[in-house]
Amino acid sequence: MTKVSIIKVATIGAIAAAMAACTPKPPVETATPTPPPAVTNPSYPTAPTGPVDGSNTGPMAGSEQDFVINVGDRIYFDLDSYEVNAEAGMRLGAQAQWLQRYPSVTIRIEGNADERGTSEYNLALGARRAESVRNFLISRGIPANRIDTISFGKERPIAEGSNESAWAQNRNARTAIASGAPR
Amino acid sequence: MRNKTWLGLAVLAAMAPAVATAQVSNRNQTEDIIISQADLTPLQIAVVPFTGANGPQISDVISGNLKRSGFFSPLNPASFVETGLTLANSPNYPQWTSIGAQAVLYGGVTQRADGRVDVGFRLYDPYRQCQLVSYQFTATAEQWRRMAHKISDVVYQRLTGEQGYFDSRVLFVAESGSQTNRRSRLTIVDQDGYNPVFLTQGDEVIMSPRFSTHNPDEVTYVALGKDYSRIYLYNLATGRRESLGDFDGQVLAPRFSHDGSKMAFSIIRNGNTDVYVINLRTRQLSRLTSDPGIDTSPSFSPDGSQIVFTSDRSGSARLYTMRVDGSGQRPISRSGGLYTAPAWSPRGDLIAFTKQSGGRFHTGVMNTDGTGERILSSSYLEEGASWAPNGRYVMFARQSPGGDTRLWTVDLSGRVVAQAGYTERGSSPAWSGLLDAPPANLGVNQGPDSCATS
Repeated sequence: MTKVSIIKVATIGAIAAAMAACTPKPPVETATPTPPPAVTNPSYPTAPTGPVDGSNTGPMAGSEQDFVINVGDRIYFDLDSYEVNAEAGMRLGAQAQWLQRYPSVTIRIEGNADERGTSEYNLALGARRAESVRNFLISRGIPANRIDTISFGKERPIAEGSNESAWAQNRNARTAIASGAPR
Repeated sequence: MRNKTWLGLAVLAAMAPAVATAQVSNRNQTEDIIISQADLTPLQIAVVPFTGANGPQISDVISGNLKRSGFFSPLNPASFVETGLTLANSPNYPQWTSIGAQAVLYGGVTQRADGRVDVGFRLYDPYRQCQLVSYQFTATAEQWRRMAHKISDVVYQRLTGEQGYFDSRVLFVAESGSQTNRRSRLTIVDQDGYNPVFLTQGDEVIMSPRFSTHNPDEVTYVALGKDYSRIYLYNLATGRRESLGDFDGQVLAPRFSHDGSKMAFSIIRNGNTDVYVINLRTRQLSRLTSDPGIDTSPSFSPDGSQIVFTSDRSGSARLYTMRVDGSGQRPISRSGGLYTAPAWSPRGDLIAFTKQSGGRFHTGVMNTDGTGERILSSSYLEEGASWAPNGRYVMFARQSPGGDTRLWTVDLSGRVVAQAGYTERGSSPAWSGLLDAPPANLGVNQGPDSCATS
């Protein structure tokens, strides 16, 4: 399991724990606030003591944060590959569903490569990855005019280090919200 | 006799390197020049501190240049027997041969009535007791570094028979910050690492800087922002910076033709990368490749008739050449491994490239038809060879595992692998041509050991 996924899972876990009654499973378009427990009119003779804590119910539905946390904005590629593998396909399917729910959102697919290549060539490789994601989303009904692409080649790694784990994380495509959704 | 033999060897090493010696050097080795073959003995040269204002500094710059070339070993001035040598005199030969000096360079700076300075110098062979060259450069006093580089070029040329390369600059991407939060800035620096100037702010990713060989003040580079990529044309003298244009796609890998009239580059459309050429005067765009593979990193031959580029149309990245109209595309690289980032030598005779094989990266050269491949340098990760103006060295970027990227040079024999003059973090080097023409008739086309005076 990659470091990024661990953080993501941990974040979701923390949010789920905070949202006492509601345990959302992504996608969470149903994540509306549950009615607060009745703490205002105690039927007991003595009011219970102690603080009543509150916290957010998680990112606002339809926001950039909602997309990043509950859908996942990045998919990963195998070595020397720009094919969307099964795991990536699941996430892209969820991205397509989310995008269909929020039709005013436009996106920019950012293709990335690991450091094991030369910079210009890797820019071309990253572009192939971005295009794979674009085609996948189009095949799931997202209009092409909502999707822009750019390749960052190996210029914007997300994982430090020169090892298989870092390279695996750096071979990715990120679906960035370009417009149409609050942060 | 002894120096004559050496000179023959040096020229052989520089011109007709035989077997490639893959260079495995320690990383983070700063200031080190690695000479891997025992048969290359650097020429011992005495660079006497020049007289006059900035004189000693001029000598230091010359010594540094000659040492970094790998073909010279400047003697320690503390060992000099004859002191007080001025332009008015010839050297006391036995006092120089007694310390093993195979060449003696001395000179001085004199103020002129017009406010400029003359920097004169003489180069002697103390064994044969003859003057190899004398000359003087004239400029404003603050140009002393450039004059030192130009003197270095004359000395290098006179003693090796090859054109010099010291009066040149390097464009590169200065890096700072961590791997995942890297700041990159377009930077220009003198060939020896002095006078670095940042040319961009650091808010864009800078890639593929290149000089026009036609005019060393004209440069191009790619700026990659959050949601755009642009090729800029930038004139260093006027400060004028313009975008090459919008091309309905992501642009990358620009390179000028040698006459400066055209630019080859790539456009990515629908995930497919192809090579294009644009006429910089008419802005007429021609598409040169159209297959579904990656076609990028075009580089013109100096005569402007051909382009070398990398393509994975066969399934893996190989080098191809074609005519400038896109006809006659054919693969030239012959063995396995991935070949990318080709650069056509300014002499026209060789193509430098980056090769990925065996889990390592190699910097190599091949003839323009793909024969005679030689690997000059290898390491964990290195890329992007750029030629010195004389076509006898290439500069490239070398990254240590998980670490920094720095600029390195290697000579055509693969024997002299050295960190470049600029030793801070940097990548994507581009070496300019000579900033202006060297003085004519200073031993050009003469044998390197001839004693003709001028």
